[in-house]
Amino acid sequence: MSSDLPGFASLGRWLNDPDNWLGSGGLLAHLREHLAFTVVIVLVAALIAIPAGIWMGHTGKGILLAGGFANALRAVPALGLLILLIVELSPHIHSRTGVGNLLAPGALPYFIPAALVLVILAVPPMLTNTYAGIQAVDPRAADAARGAGMSPLQVALRVEIPCAMPLILAGLRSATLQVIASLTVAAYAPLVGGLGRLIVDGQQNLIDPSLGYPAMLGAGITVAVLALVADGAFALAGRYVISPGVSGRRIRGRGTAAPQQSTLTES
Amino acid sequence: MTALWDYLRDNHAEIQSWAVTTLWLSLLPLLAGLALALPAGWLAARHAWTRDTLLALSGALYTIPSLVLFLVLPELLGTRILSAVNVGVALTIYVFALLVRTITDALTAVPSELLAAATAIGHSNLQRLWAVQLPVATPVIAAGLRVAAVSNVSLISVASIIGVSQLGQLFTLGESTETLTPIVLGLIFFVVLAFLYDGAILALTRVLTPWRKAARP
Repeated sequence: MSSDLPGFASLGRWLNDPDNWLGSGGLLAHLREHLAFTVVIVLVAALIAIPAGIWMGHTGKGILLAGGFANALRAVPALGLLILLIVELSPHIHSRTGVGNLLAPGALPYFIPAALVLVILAVPPMLTNTYAGIQAVDPRAADAARGAGMSPLQVALRVEIPCAMPLILAGLRSATLQVIASLTVAAYAPLVGGLGRLIVDGQQNLIDPSLGYPAMLGAGITVAVLALVADGAFALAGRYVISPGVSGRRIRGRGTAAPQQSTLTES
Repeated sequence: MTALWDYLRDNHAEIQSWAVTTLWLSLLPLLAGLALALPAGWLAARHAWTRDTLLALSGALYTIPSLVLFLVLPELLGTRILSAVNVGVALTIYVFALLVRTITDALTAVPSELLAAATAIGHSNLQRLWAVQLPVATPVIAAGLRVAAVSNVSLISVASIIGVSQLGQLFTLGESTETLTPIVLGLIFFVVLAFLYDGAILALTRVLTPWRKAARP
C-alpha cells in the first residue's frame, strides 16, 4: 500500500505561506469561527443542562429518564442526525441574514440544524455529571447547612453546587471537547464555517497545494491542538473554581491539607 | 415502513457490502484496543510512574477528534486516504485510550486483603492476576467496554465525510439526493448495532461473573 497524497512536506510548505493563515479563507479566520461557535453552543447547552441537572440532583426527579436518554443518545451517529435535520429543517428556514463575519448570508438554514445537533450532543454529559455531582453531596453537609439556618437556595448555592463543582466542571469539559471535535463533522453542512470547512472542502481537489490535503492536515492538527489547549484550560480553571476544601489542595499560607474527598473524582 | 423495505431490497448489494465493512470496523478495533489496554492497564496499576505517563498519553489521544485521525493516519501508515484501515486504527486508538484508564482503575480497586489472601494460598503474581484480579475487575472493565463499543459504532459513520465506504454512506447519499429513506435506515442500522454490542457485552459479563448472580436481588 502506498499513500496517494501529497505528504507531510506539503504541510510544511502550506504552513510557511502567510496567505494560508490570513484573509477570510485563512486558517486564523476559520479558527476564530470555530472558537466562536464552540463558545455559543457550549453556553446554550450549559444554560439548559446545568440548571436542569441541579434541579434533578436536588429533587431526585427525572434521573432515570435522563440517564436512559443520555445513554441512548450516545448510540446515535452525529453525522446521521445532522443530515436528517438538514434534509428536514433547512427547506423551512428562509432567513438569508448573515451574522457579521461569522455566518455568511444564506448560511442560517444550515447553521441552525448543525448547532442544534451539537447542542443535543453537548447536553447529556453536562446533565448527567451535574445531577450525579449534586446527588453525591454528603447529606450531612446539606443538613448541617440547613441546621445553621440557610434557606434552600443558600444550601444549593453555597453547599451543594460548590461540592458538586468537580463533576460539573468535568461535564462542561467533556461537552466542550465534544463540540470542538463535532464541529468538524458539522462542516458537512454547506456554508457552515469553522476549521471543519477546510477539511470538508479540501477533498474537492486533494492535490491542491493551498486548499487540498495540506489544508485538511493543517486544519485537522489545529483542531487537535485546540482540543488539547481547551483540556488544559479546564484543568487550570479547576484550580480556581473548585474550593480547596473539596479538591483537597493545600491552602496556601496555612500549611494544612484539607481533608481528602475521594468520592468526588471525575467520572 | 414499506419505503424502508423497498429501499433495502433495491439496494441490498451495496448495503450488504457497507454493512460487512461496518461490522468489521465495530468489532476488530474493540478487540485490538482491549488486547492492548489490558497489559498497559496492568502496568499502570502496578507502577506509579507508568500510571501517570500512560494516563496522560491516553487522555491526550482521546482528545484528538476522529476526523483528524482519519486524515493524519494515511500519512503515518502509508495507507490510501479512502482505506478503511485508517478508520480501524483510529477506533483502536480510542478504545485503547478509554480502556487504559478503566482497567487501571478497576485493577487498583481490587481489595488488598483479597490479593494478600491469594498470595497466602500460594498464587504467583501471574496466577493472582488471572484468577483473582481480572475476574474481580471484570464488571468495571465491561462497563468501560460498553461505552467504548457504543461510541465506536457512532464514530464509524464520520468516515463518510472523507468518503470511506461503510453504512454511513447512507447518510451522505440521503443528503445528496435529499431523500429521507436512506438517512432513517442508516440511523436504525447504527443504533441497533450499538444496542446489540451493549447487550452482548452485558450478557457476556453475566456469564463470566456467575458469582454476582447470588448477590443480585
